[in-house]
Amino acid sequence: MKADPKGVLTGTHFLDGDHACCEGALAAGCRFVAGYPITPSTEVVERIAARFPHVGGMFVQMEDEIASSIAILGGAWAGKKVMTVTSGPGLSLMMEHVGLAAISETPCVFVDVQRGGPSTGLPTMPAQADIMQARWGSHGDYEVIALSPNSCQESFDLTITAFNLAEEYRVPVMFMLDECVGHMLEKVVIPEAEKIEVTPRNFTKKKPGEFKLKETDDSMIPEMVKAGDGYNIHVTGLTHDERGYPNLTPKIQDQLVRRICDKIRNNADKLYMAEEIMMDDADIVLVAFGITSRVSMKAIDMAREKGIKVGMLRLQIIWPFPETKIRELSEKIKGFVVPEMNLGQIVLEVERCAAGKVPVVPVSNAGGAVHEPEDIFNAIQGIVK
Amino acid sequence: MSETVKTKKVVEDNPVNQYLRLDRMPHIWCPGCGIGTTVNCFARAVSQSVDDLNKVSIVSGIGCTGRVAGYMNLDSFHTTHGRAIPFAIGLKLANPDQKVVVYSGDGDLIAIGGNHFIHAARRNMDLKVVCINNFTYAMTGGQVSPTSPLDTIATTAPYGVYDDVFNLQFLAESIGAVYSARWTATHVTQLTKSMKEMMNKKGFCFIEILSPCPTLFGRRNKIGDGLDHMRIFKEKGKVRKGMAAKDASITDEEFPLGVFVNTERRTYIESMNERYSKVFGPSYEPYPEGE
Repeated sequence: MKADPKGVLTGTHFLDGDHACCEGALAAGCRFVAGYPITPSTEVVERIAARFPHVGGMFVQMEDEIASSIAILGGAWAGKKVMTVTSGPGLSLMMEHVGLAAISETPCVFVDVQRGGPSTGLPTMPAQADIMQARWGSHGDYEVIALSPNSCQESFDLTITAFNLAEEYRVPVMFMLDECVGHMLEKVVIPEAEKIEVTPRNFTKKKPGEFKLKETDDSMIPEMVKAGDGYNIHVTGLTHDERGYPNLTPKIQDQLVRRICDKIRNNADKLYMAEEIMMDDADIVLVAFGITSRVSMKAIDMAREKGIKVGMLRLQIIWPFPETKIRELSEKIKGFVVPEMNLGQIVLEVERCAAGKVPVVPVSNAGGAVHEPEDIFNAIQGIVK
Repeated sequence: MSETVKTKKVVEDNPVNQYLRLDRMPHIWCPGCGIGTTVNCFARAVSQSVDDLNKVSIVSGIGCTGRVAGYMNLDSFHTTHGRAIPFAIGLKLANPDQKVVVYSGDGDLIAIGGNHFIHAARRNMDLKVVCINNFTYAMTGGQVSPTSPLDTIATTAPYGVYDDVFNLQFLAESIGAVYSARWTATHVTQLTKSMKEMMNKKGFCFIEILSPCPTLFGRRNKIGDGLDHMRIFKEKGKVRKGMAAKDASITDEEFPLGVFVNTERRTYIESMNERYSKVFGPSYEPYPEGE
């Protein structure tokens, strides 16, 4: 369906990545946000607080991130599209509810504007070190979808995608900006509402009595209802059967946990979203995301000037990881270079999929400042030699 | 044979059956536990105060009382430990037409969930919070809770509790609850009446119910079985009309009972609408406030 024009600020704007994310959420139909202030993400909720009274939205600043992360789940079961916004320390606190969202299959978006960690770390400076936390941070087996924009325009565009995927797959979607993308200002073009596709909630057409909360077809994704519709649903974080009732047996555990993982794993190729830059003739492929992908462009130029054939796989969806693509590439290229603003997270995934067929060289950076393009260039040269 | 048939008929006609998920019976609670009695009172209160059951949702946290939501034939949500209130806030604010009940235990609401309790009351979130106070963490085996009386034995206080306890009535009053009452699982008539008042009242309402846990509190503290504990509630439970909440501490001699707070205050959504109407004038479309 098309976006509700009420939330769409059509026009050409000069926005930072945080504000663009807010506008993306509004365009996507988000009307319930619970949040707690934390640098460098606060600008997202500040703009939400200013904009929501004019579009019939409900923003509530909660007492902490734990409360914010579960208030949105309540909001989702009341029928709204929901989001919370935070940075590393807050994301750590929210993790239990990422798990609750996963097992209860509650559509929701967690925005994480990444800063340097661990702990309080570098509150005002960038990092990309929450990537593994976004994937594995809550206990138990589950899957999420994670996206990472590298510009303010993309912060707007991919926020809409994040909401759409949350509805389609009924998983928590992690929207991973970094402080650079969050705080830099760029031109953002917001189209007319009729040009924006939004995914509505898949409410069941079944009648109460016919409907089972967790019954699925081949899609493995159940239909949804909301509180007040007369279905008398029971939603629980306990392992549960098709009715949604607690059933603490190994058999049901296996069925439920495999399904909530497989609904993403089996669609991993469909969920491939990456920009392939100068890949046609590339011998060496950079795998990068967020602000690091933009620094990498300079390194690519430097290498191309020297006649080295370098391209880049710029990840827009990070989780599920594009395993098939990396496997295919590792059959035909000479090596991967993985610059990321952490001490080695996505590089582990690239290594896993390359499976020893070609060298995989990390270019790590503990955060605080973006890479020097020379460091990435040197890693490229290292493979050539 | 005729007696069996008669028993069956009585069960089928039980007026609270329609409020329960009978397909989930038997429940997990121990013989002598007071939670089931309070659920009976709640079902009766709902039957006498709510016309459209689709407009009632119930949210629980984790623990023995955390299982209440799952047994009620309502839209029900069994959330995480301590976080029933913020989930309920999300549900209520996103759909103000729902009457949202939070039903959980003392450890869940007051220890791990204490911060949420404070802020929900401060903002007068329109929630109905029922706290089963059984003086212990029962589900995990009888550990000390913020309401475990001094000198009692818990698995994590094997030599007796030495830290002071909360007077939940004083706490609720001080943080801004518009309605706060304390009853016991023995005082079913008063409790049912109080729950009806709660269901019909807007704003942050709180009912504390002292309830026996014979398995993990009573046995360890030589109180006896559930019935023995109920007898103590009956003997020491004194209805104190007009007593200030700050004086309503539970002591060895007396368990003060009654409605300690009953006042009016604008709710969170009302406050928001008031503010925005003032700032934006007639162009502001008020957010739905619910019934």
